[in-house]
This record gives sequence, C-alpha cells and structure tokens, in this order.
Amino acid sequence: MVEKTGVKGWSTDEMAQKVAFDIPDGAYVNLGIGIPELVAGLVPEGREVIYHTENGLLGMGNSPEKGKEDPELINAGKKAVTAIPGASYFHHADSFTMIRGKHIDVCVLGALQVAENGDLANWSTGEAGAIPAVGGAMDLVAGVKTIYVITRHTTKTGESKIVKQCSYPLTGKGVVNRIYTNLAIIDITKEGLFVKEMAPGVSFSYLQTQTEALLNQ
Amino acid sequence: MINKLVSSAKEAVSDIFDGATIMISGFGEAGSPIELIHALIDQGAKELTIVSNNTGSGEVGLAALIAHKRVNKMICSFPRTANSTVFPELYQKGEIELELVPQGTLAERIRAGGAGIPAFFTPTSVGTPLAQGKESREFDNTTYVMEKAIKADFAFVKAKSADRYGNLIYNKTARNFGPIMCTAAKTTIVQVQNFVELGDLDPECIVTPGIFVQRVMLVENPADESRLIAENRRYPW
Repeated sequence: MVEKTGVKGWSTDEMAQKVAFDIPDGAYVNLGIGIPELVAGLVPEGREVIYHTENGLLGMGNSPEKGKEDPELINAGKKAVTAIPGASYFHHADSFTMIRGKHIDVCVLGALQVAENGDLANWSTGEAGAIPAVGGAMDLVAGVKTIYVITRHTTKTGESKIVKQCSYPLTGKGVVNRIYTNLAIIDITKEGLFVKEMAPGVSFSYLQTQTEALLNQ
Repeated sequence: MINKLVSSAKEAVSDIFDGATIMISGFGEAGSPIELIHALIDQGAKELTIVSNNTGSGEVGLAALIAHKRVNKMICSFPRTANSTVFPELYQKGEIELELVPQGTLAERIRAGGAGIPAFFTPTSVGTPLAQGKESREFDNTTYVMEKAIKADFAFVKAKSADRYGNLIYNKTARNFGPIMCTAAKTTIVQVQNFVELGDLDPECIVTPGIFVQRVMLVENPADESRLIAENRRYPW
C-alpha cells in the first residue's frame, strides 16, 4: 500500500495524448480495448497512422454515425467501426502474421501490473473461479516491435501497478518498453526504470513513494 | 457435375455424429453461422468439441448449443464477452471443459491443421501459465513454445457468396476464422447469403478456393444475433 495524497497528475485524455505524440508518422499501430482506444483521436496533425485490429482489418477508421453500424464491421472490442479508404480485410492467420511476424510497429495496452524488468500482467488476476480469457494479448506482446502500456499509476485501492515482480499471471516476459501513467512516463531498460517525464506537480521523490519498483532519474 | 449446394440446413448437418470436433467461424457475432448451429441443435449430436474464438451470447447460436448440453469441451481464446452467461455458468459448475488458447496461436493451430503441419514453435505465451507443460526450444537465442495443429471433423463457416464449386468470398471483418477453418476440417459446411453462377466471382478475388469446401447452404437473410439477444429470443424458438 502506498501513501494516498491529493496529487492527480495527467487526465486520461492527457495520458493518451502523450502516447499519441510518441507514435511516429507512418506507423502501423494496434490499440487495446479501453483507454488505449482514445489514442486514435489524438494523433498530431500531419501524421498518418494506420490502425490494425486483430479481428481482421488494417485501416480502421472512426466509429460510424448512429444508425450506420454494421455488425460485420467491428473491432477487437466487438464495437462497430469503419474502414478508411485504402483499408484491407484479412483472415486471422494473416492478422496474427502481421502481429507475430513483427510487422506492427506499436501496440498500446492497458495493464494490471508492469514489473521493472518489463514483465506484463494484463489478462487475469488468477482468482479462483474466474473465467480465464486471453484473446490476442499474448500474441501482441510477443510480436509487436514496441509495447506501450497506458494505465493509472496505482490501483483504485492505492497499490502500485509498477512492481518489482508481477504477482498476477503474466501476459509476457520482458515485453514492455514504456509506461504512461497519470503521474509519469517511464522507460523500461536493461538498466532498470528511467523516468522520462513527470506530470505537473509531481516530484521524483513523490513518484517513488507511489511506485513499488525502484525508479531512476 | 460438381454442385456443392445442399437444399436445406437439415441436409447440411445430417451426418454430424456424437463426439465430433466442429470448428465454428466468427468473432463475436461477426461471421457466426447461426442458422447452421441452430440446424445442429435440431439434429441432436452431442458430446461435441467446439473450436471457436468465443462461446456465444444470449441463448442463440453457439450459446444455445452449449445451453442444450451438447458441448463437452470448448477450445477458444475469449470465453466471456458481453451477454455471454451460458458458458460461464456451466464452467463454474464444472460441467464444461475449456482449453484456453491465445487468439493468434488458435489461428495458427488451425492454419497448421489445414496445411498438413503437425506442430510449430511460437514466441506467444512463453513465460506465462499457458505455456506450462508444453515443450519449448531456443532458436537464435529466443525461447519458443511448441503448439500442436488442430483439425476437425466438420467446420461451420459463414461467408457472403459462393458458386457451385464452393469458391467463397466473405464480408468485411466477418471473414475472421472462416478461411482457415475451411482448410482444417474433413467436411466444411458454409452458409452464404448469395449463390452465384460459376465465373461471377473474380478468380483474383476469391478468398477460399472451392477445394476447401464440401457443402454450401443458402441463407439469404441470416439472423442478426444482437437483435435476437435484444429481443430475449432463445433457440429453439
């Protein structure tokens, strides 16, 4: 349990904006379900980014207008989407060839826990009686070139999500490159965790009190 | 003369036997061959193993098949989704078996099954609980897990259009598992909205060549699963 204070840091939109800023022009990107989806709407002007959704579409566009949803045109979260001009459809083996074959540049995912060595846990709390469901998360972290995690820094009950070692079942070992939280942007390197940027009002010493793993400046 | 069109759903599924392994296309409701599944409920085969990404929603389609206790085992990547209650309840009571497979590994196991490849090595799931008990090997200083191919007795697939040779095209993201499942089953049964003349499908654009398809059934107006669920419909009606 970490100390609770009034520091809020960045909003969810601001976190997503930070991620969007770090995605280069021309990148092929897969966005996870939930907060990562916000990134698509925040790409800086002048950049062209192509979105992949693992159920079989490259060139995913915005949500359709109300009443124009097509149940056979959906994203990995099973929500109605559109296809941009230049989009393509393909079957699952091709879709995961794009993923596992290291053709996708960036994947943005949520997390339950990230460890200081880059281990990610985001698919199961391992609770007895829970229905396990993994989807494409393990394939994405094993195959995509750069893995960004976007998450709140601590859980609702104040536990650090950035830990020395994940206690939840892993999605992948040593796979995360960078973490974007409401408090900071943190790079994961062979030498440990390095703080790249802190939200306004957050000091390094405060950040460390909110983080179980050891941080470097 | 080759003509793979069958006259009814009943005929299409008549030879499915107890204990069969059946692949069912679809990602959520997109591409789910709901009319073929309902014909299978009517037909009565039981103790089935089903390979499908999800476990169905509400009490129609795949969820209805499971609710009727016809399925002993599910092989899938994501067994719980919005509106899926049938599988979770049976699973928690220990009345149905689950083999959980990462989505890309599921796709590749099916592809391998259709391509005559018995097993392959993948980086997916290394170091996770889903790799436990599986053989692993190092290639170029990276660890990979061995995964075995999946083959089936039958595949149920939804496509958009077919001709009498069984050549297929699909609709948008409803394509998902369809093309690979067609290749991995002894008997592939496809429901389509359009049945067209030979030559109407551009050979450059055919997604599944007819060699992978044994039976085609015409369902001009397939049910909209989310509408059925919104209306609280259950199969059999």
